[in-house]
Amino acid sequence: MLESYIKERRKSRDILLMTHIVMGYPSFEDSFEIVRQMVEAGVDLMELQIPFSEPMADGPVILKANQKALEKGSSLTKCFDFAQRVAKEFPIPFLFMSYANIPFKYGMEKFSDKMAKINIKGAIIPDLPPEEGEDYIRAMNKNSLSPIYIFSPETSDERLLYLSSFASGFVYCLARKGVTGKKTAFSNDLAVYLSKCQKATNLPLAVGFGVKDKADVDYLKGKADIAVIGSRTIRIVEEKGVAATGDFIKSLV
Amino acid sequence: MKNRGYYGDYGGAFLPEILVATFDELEKEFERIKKDPSFWKDYETLMSSYSGRPTPLTFAGNLTQKFGGAKIYIKREDLNHTGAHKANNVMGQGMLVKQMGKKRVIAETGAGQHGVATATMAAKFGFDCTIYMGEVDVLRQRPNVFWMEQLGAKVVPVKDGTRILKDAINEAFRDWVTNMDTTHYVLGTACGPHPFPEMVSYFQSIIGKEARKQILDAEGRLPKRVYACVGGGSNAMGLFSGFFNDPVELIGVEAGGKGLNSGRHASRLCSNDASAGIAQGYKTYFLQDDDGQMKETHSISAGLDYVGVSPILSHMHDTGKARFESATDTEVIKALQLTMQKEGIIPALESSHAFARAFKEAPCLSKEEAIIINQSGRGDKDIFTIADAVDDPEWKEFIIEKANEYNA
Ligand SMILES: Cc1ncc(COP(=O)(O)O)c(C=O)c1O
Repeated sequence: MLESYIKERRKSRDILLMTHIVMGYPSFEDSFEIVRQMVEAGVDLMELQIPFSEPMADGPVILKANQKALEKGSSLTKCFDFAQRVAKEFPIPFLFMSYANIPFKYGMEKFSDKMAKINIKGAIIPDLPPEEGEDYIRAMNKNSLSPIYIFSPETSDERLLYLSSFASGFVYCLARKGVTGKKTAFSNDLAVYLSKCQKATNLPLAVGFGVKDKADVDYLKGKADIAVIGSRTIRIVEEKGVAATGDFIKSLV
Repeated sequence: MKNRGYYGDYGGAFLPEILVATFDELEKEFERIKKDPSFWKDYETLMSSYSGRPTPLTFAGNLTQKFGGAKIYIKREDLNHTGAHKANNVMGQGMLVKQMGKKRVIAETGAGQHGVATATMAAKFGFDCTIYMGEVDVLRQRPNVFWMEQLGAKVVPVKDGTRILKDAINEAFRDWVTNMDTTHYVLGTACGPHPFPEMVSYFQSIIGKEARKQILDAEGRLPKRVYACVGGGSNAMGLFSGFFNDPVELIGVEAGGKGLNSGRHASRLCSNDASAGIAQGYKTYFLQDDDGQMKETHSISAGLDYVGVSPILSHMHDTGKARFESATDTEVIKALQLTMQKEGIIPALESSHAFARAFKEAPCLSKEEAIIINQSGRGDKDIFTIADAVDDPEWKEFIIEKANEYNA
């Protein structure tokens, strides 16, 4: 479902945009307004991060956003309510992003059932590789939801194929090593790596980590299907306020 | 990523994709050295020439007499170079790093003992070294920060989260996902993704191997019980593993902080406050809330102040292979003072947890029986915390004078 949406939408666009927010940061009202502006500015799909106290794969910007959201009382219940509301209000697919402990503690099957019920299309859980994700994959498949898997520049060819055998919707390609929110060199190496990724899967490719402006997005055209803007929008909100998000997104397309 | 190191339901390798290849390599290297008898021999030689091993097993005659029960023996891990059992793990991993050809090591530290041990290892083997340490621990273990820096390591205070051990581990992982080509992460305890719990326990098993032989030499029989404090669980695994096949009761002592009912402790296995969870790359008992967010922990000792625990110990807890107890901050200070006064030995605050529990149980055992307490480290690093706890007026005066000197 997610896959066909992306492929359909790509017919009229060179590249799609996926953005990311941490639910409840700076507040739920602000989160809602950010989503509204992003959708209006033409974002094609969105990651809604459920904050976690130990976000191991995230760099300083998203890490702080996780902590602040939790300090301000962002709970799982509130995140579900928020996700349900935006999924109902806006006509694009929404995904959850979080860490394994959140669905594990809630119950993998229950979590996936809940996602289906509130119309969330898939999930990105960076610390849940397929080897550890049997229950998760089963529950996601049962509900026809997409478990999004991640390719990295360190992943062997053999493992790319292994990962794509579990992937659904699209594959998330890390543009580089490291955590979120650091600089990425958009160079020939990246192009070589992305063509390797392309060979390993028929699914659309998203590229994230360090995508920050129009030049980066343009670079990815023809090499990937989706550009992922993560930390940069959080930084924009912090520096220029919630009202600046729409214009920022418009500057990318 | 195939044999992912499960102990019952606990353990595993919940790795971000970027680290999978690094862990595959580490696991392969570890399997290789485990099968190579010359590696362990070289390891023992290094530990004997550099770290004073085997460490003694000291009979504590005065404490034994005071409690009037079992004979109390103390395994002296404090006599390792750098003053704690942490050296056992660090030197083993250092030898491995050398073979892997990496040039930089990073580590987390709570009490600073693992950081100091890693810094000495890096100096000796010629590696660059960065240590991550929670800001709270930097303050409470300042002498160790000084030594790490003098040894040539860069100490990075971690200002995120609860600013203690778990946050330092997160930061070390964030470094590693960027620098894995050149860098090895020397994890300091029997936690984290496979193969760390097994590998750290493997190097620490030198404690139990020695202790078993030493008690048989001294007593001609096995001990009734052995006691170790449990932070992440490495010194406990080290001692316990020597007695896995024996009728010996294994007792792990966790940080009771202000008491198990206070909500301010770090007791994952002996309290009802923890539940199974996944964080920092492995599955174990974590002190967490209903949403799965990690809770703030408390202990007078930085080294036991941790939300998770070795998956191997979690499994031993569930299967009854070991018993877990706690000791409060107050009990710990009392046990520490008593040990100093009766035996002239200064245990670390972490180790003093094991002493406190053993002192409670020793009188209930017969005089023919023996127990071993693992003194995982020495207390010198805790001078500021202990001085505060015993409220020593002369020490305070000294510090004030010293501060005035710097201000002049
Ligand atoms: C002296 C000492 N004992 C015990 C510990 C706890 O660690 P573990 O449970 O891994 O032995 C530490 C950790 O910093 C320590 O420094």
